[in-house]
Amino acid sequence: MSSIPEPQLSSLYQELILEHYKRPRNRGELEGGTVEVHMRNPSCGDEIRLQLRVEGDAIMDLRFVGEGCAISQASVSMMTTVVKGGRLDDAMGLAKRFTEMMRGDPEAARDRSLKDLRAFQGVSKFPVRVKCALLGFDALQEAVKRARGTEGSPAVPGATP
Amino acid sequence: MDAPPPVKTSAQTRPRSLSSKLDVERLRRDFPALAQMVNGRPLAYLDNAATSQKPLRVLDALRNYYEHDNANVHRGLHELSRRATDAYEGARARVATWIGASSPAEVIWTRGTTESINLVAASWGSANLKEGDEILVSDMEHHSNLVPWQLIAARTGAKLRFLELDDEGRLILDALPEILDGGRVRIAALSHVSNALGTINPIAEISKLLHEAGVLFLVDGAQGAAHHGVNVRELGVDFYACSGHKMCGPTGIGVLWGRRELLEGMPPYQGGGEMIDRVERDYSTWAALPHKFEAGTPNIAGTVGLHAAVDYLDEIGADAILAHEQALVAYALDRLREVPRVRLFGPSDPGERAGVVSFTVPEAHPHDVSTILDSEGIAIRAGHHCAQLVMRRFGVPATARASFYFYNTRDEVDRLVQGLETVRSVFGD
Repeated sequence: MSSIPEPQLSSLYQELILEHYKRPRNRGELEGGTVEVHMRNPSCGDEIRLQLRVEGDAIMDLRFVGEGCAISQASVSMMTTVVKGGRLDDAMGLAKRFTEMMRGDPEAARDRSLKDLRAFQGVSKFPVRVKCALLGFDALQEAVKRARGTEGSPAVPGATP
Repeated sequence: MDAPPPVKTSAQTRPRSLSSKLDVERLRRDFPALAQMVNGRPLAYLDNAATSQKPLRVLDALRNYYEHDNANVHRGLHELSRRATDAYEGARARVATWIGASSPAEVIWTRGTTESINLVAASWGSANLKEGDEILVSDMEHHSNLVPWQLIAARTGAKLRFLELDDEGRLILDALPEILDGGRVRIAALSHVSNALGTINPIAEISKLLHEAGVLFLVDGAQGAAHHGVNVRELGVDFYACSGHKMCGPTGIGVLWGRRELLEGMPPYQGGGEMIDRVERDYSTWAALPHKFEAGTPNIAGTVGLHAAVDYLDEIGADAILAHEQALVAYALDRLREVPRVRLFGPSDPGERAGVVSFTVPEAHPHDVSTILDSEGIAIRAGHHCAQLVMRRFGVPATARASFYFYNTRDEVDRLVQGLETVRSVFGD
């Protein structure tokens, strides 16, 4: 990475982010998914389709397909590795924490529960790219809401899956 | 020795040569915004298809207007109102001459190209379109020359027909006679210059075909007027829409030119002050052209700034501007072809395009390309350029786009190409 001239730039394009962009995890179609969410960023055209297999309160599996910039696609990829196999509540907690970090909250940026996702901290210095980084967790939160809606746990009256 | 191949003449305007005679260094001194550092490097502003920078002449005109002449137009009997009205109507007369209108009454002030097109679609469309009629557009159109027609089509039952693009991003005009033979097309709305591809369309040629079939022709000149001399009578069109901010003028001021007899037959677009003749409780009568289409207090200062911009551009000369841009495009295409696996969009002949170069590189998404170039002080646009049909035609979600004006230099093109080296060093394996 020594060839990158601007320190700012290297804080944006962290090795870990580029690595997830070039070799995305959990990419492809999910067999037996229970929830599916499409999410796009109308101004940029970043787009993903996220599928989850939720059993009880656990995300048993999830996969995505999509296209867009390195930040958006890497953030979705990394999000899937962090929430896979975990509980819905924990996933929602991570989504909240990640969003806080992206909005510039320094305490959230030190939260170890975010694990590798802390690599995205540098993106918060590039305001126009923040929404790219949030694409994955925005989709996840929508998916979790739908999963809960269909399973009737804290059901939202009138909510449609 | 073989004779040189014949020069194609399909493009509307062809430069005499792909070289520039402008004193660019002198012109750049007129633009304070160009003389700044961005991220530690001199700004290379290559986003002129989005909006141009403003010369001191325009900034001074705006300041002078607000410092000395500011008042509302056509409604005060006092000195300042008289001056403001003179400035406002003087700007209209200047623009009318500049685009070759028969009369200032044919020049309607709008917020910009988008509002100009919406005005025609809503006003002319509501009075003239009915079920079964067709509106001809193309896959090249900016959303501002597409969505207004979708809206009026939905309200009137008319349908949109599309001219398609060839692999170099030119309109496939061979399809036009058959579309017109159907006898249902009432109006065609096409861009003068594609904002996403740079293609210059042969407007005069298309105009002839349309008029032979009795079809009206609106031209989206957002990218045309700024880079290209426009003479609406020579082009033979019926409506021409353009924006001040893309041609050195302020934002929020634009022009709709229309043939007088058409404008006279159209109902008002918006109601309010200034656009009426007599108002009763349950009806009103309309002011004469052009004020019928100018409800409310207009962007007076905007017209003053645009007047100064037109004077400025006229001094440089439309032919010189286009020649400079095409020389830069030719240079940029040559340099970009050196970039491994770059994909270039639009006509390969620089003579068929204005100062727009759209491209992609396989390593990185256009947004990432744009962010990396920005870190080196190079401003380009990345995305679908409000032309999603173009992106779909070429099977890409987005492109990176560098767009030039008369103040851009070969050195800035070199920096763009070097910046793509940085992209490869960040994203390459």
